[in-house]
Amino acid sequence: MEKGFYRYNMVVGGILAGVMTVFMLVGLFYTPYDPETMDPFLKFAHASLAHPFGCDQFGRDIFSRVLQGSGTTFLVAVGTLAIGAGTGTFLGLATGYFGGWPDEAIMRFNDLIVAFPSILLALISISLLGPGKYNVILALGIVFIPSFARIVRSEVIVHKDMDYVKSARLMGVGHMRILFVHILPNIKGTLFSALAIGFNNAVLSEAGMSYLGIGVQPPDASIGRMMSEGQAYIFTAPWSILFPGVVMILMVLGFGLLSDGCGDRDA
Amino acid sequence: MKYLIKKIGTLIITLLIISLLSFLAFQVIPGDAALSKLGTGATGEKREELRREMGLDRPVLERYGSWLLDFIRGDMGESYTYSIPVSEMIKEKLPVTLAIAVMAFICMLAVSIPLGLLAGKYSGRLPDKILMVLDQLVMSVPGFFMGILITCLFGLVLHWFTPGGYVSYQEGWGPFLGYLIFPALSIALPKCAMGIKLLRSSVIGELGQDYVRTAYSRGNSQRQVLFGHVLKNSLLPVVTFWALAVADIVASSVILEQVFTIPGLGTLLVQSISNRDHPVVQAVIVLVAGLVVVINFFVDVLYGIIDPRVEVH
Repeated sequence: MEKGFYRYNMVVGGILAGVMTVFMLVGLFYTPYDPETMDPFLKFAHASLAHPFGCDQFGRDIFSRVLQGSGTTFLVAVGTLAIGAGTGTFLGLATGYFGGWPDEAIMRFNDLIVAFPSILLALISISLLGPGKYNVILALGIVFIPSFARIVRSEVIVHKDMDYVKSARLMGVGHMRILFVHILPNIKGTLFSALAIGFNNAVLSEAGMSYLGIGVQPPDASIGRMMSEGQAYIFTAPWSILFPGVVMILMVLGFGLLSDGCGDRDA
Repeated sequence: MKYLIKKIGTLIITLLIISLLSFLAFQVIPGDAALSKLGTGATGEKREELRREMGLDRPVLERYGSWLLDFIRGDMGESYTYSIPVSEMIKEKLPVTLAIAVMAFICMLAVSIPLGLLAGKYSGRLPDKILMVLDQLVMSVPGFFMGILITCLFGLVLHWFTPGGYVSYQEGWGPFLGYLIFPALSIALPKCAMGIKLLRSSVIGELGQDYVRTAYSRGNSQRQVLFGHVLKNSLLPVVTFWALAVADIVASSVILEQVFTIPGLGTLLVQSISNRDHPVVQAVIVLVAGLVVVINFFVDVLYGIIDPRVEVH
């Protein structure tokens, strides 16, 4: 029963995440209308075939803006993971495998950072670096390093004493090869699950920061920013806030289910 | 006792490192306080003079020391934008954010304990399935969107409160708390979802234990077993999650204050970041981070009391 439930999660999550990824990738390169063109005749236009999500307070096509915003979100999330998961995985592998005082030092520092709310850390970084797409990537990326380091480290510690690693070592395989060719493929389940969760956290953090007006800046479209602008018109034009919201929920839901499925948890 | 002393030691070191890092972070940005105060048009000579006056020519560690001492005494410097003491700005806003955080925490406990037990008890059956689907859905809603949806439902459709009609606690605690229920709920719901999921799997694990069978064999009713035995044991792993959620609750409050236009610490922080008002940003961040660390400390100590096995490790 339980197993079936998680397989179901994986399939639904996989399909949803796949569709949303295509949506985001398309948003990077193509939008049906120019997201910035204002048309006073289309102010608060209802949803129609020509404008599936309707138009906003300036008569801009919401579907195009959501599409472009998703593209930006994708870019930020992938950039964040590249920095956070990349560095974190490397640190986790090295500290978990070699141990010793660098391990101790980095993990104590990690404890310190984990106690800190991540959005607060990102806000500090933004107040130092200034807002904008690339600074958001940098800030979130740095903030995400500790959690990845911690997850990978605890997996490596389990695996490094397993027989397959011991026998590889006996055969004279180098440390680097053991880490990247032997251990890394064996912890990929956990890693994928962490990546999917990390993707969601990046999407949510970026949306939160942009909603506050200190994340992605115009002219880059951002779903978070669209929603903070749309909030004033929630009664006159609820679609200007509902559609971006639903797209964002579907994005996060897909990757959340996928991560549940990858995690292979048994309860 | 040894456990407590060790924990207090860690607490003090953590607080010191947090304050040092936040202090240093604002030293590396280009341009200093004198420049921000005078603007870029100021002459070099005038800048030097102000730098001496503000004590910016002293070594970094010395300045950190005096800043920390001042901070502990309640002197957090002066806002660049408003030229009033930072401590005054904070004193006014702190109770608001604290009230939201405490209410959100209570909401979280009140919702997730019964629902987690329910889902665990009926695992694999209809109530559990419905809860798990809802759970996954709620977990995917960004905090601020949850706030907007709640404004929409309770404010615009049901008219239970006036969106934007925040009442300060100086004008009356009743309406103040009444307004804050809604942001607190928006913060708590996503955390509830995670808590229900954790408690559910913990309850399922405990229900399979030998002591549950023993309890039944001694003639306890299902209710007695569930509340008297299982709940206590299955709460332990969830308590850790709740402790970590405190940090998230405080952080979510920063965003939800914007959604509900509440003048709390979060609003102050966001405004000060936009205004590049560094003394305020620095003070708010050190204060919030310190608060989170202190709360975590108390939870750790409490955890040692609830589950004496923790001290062994």
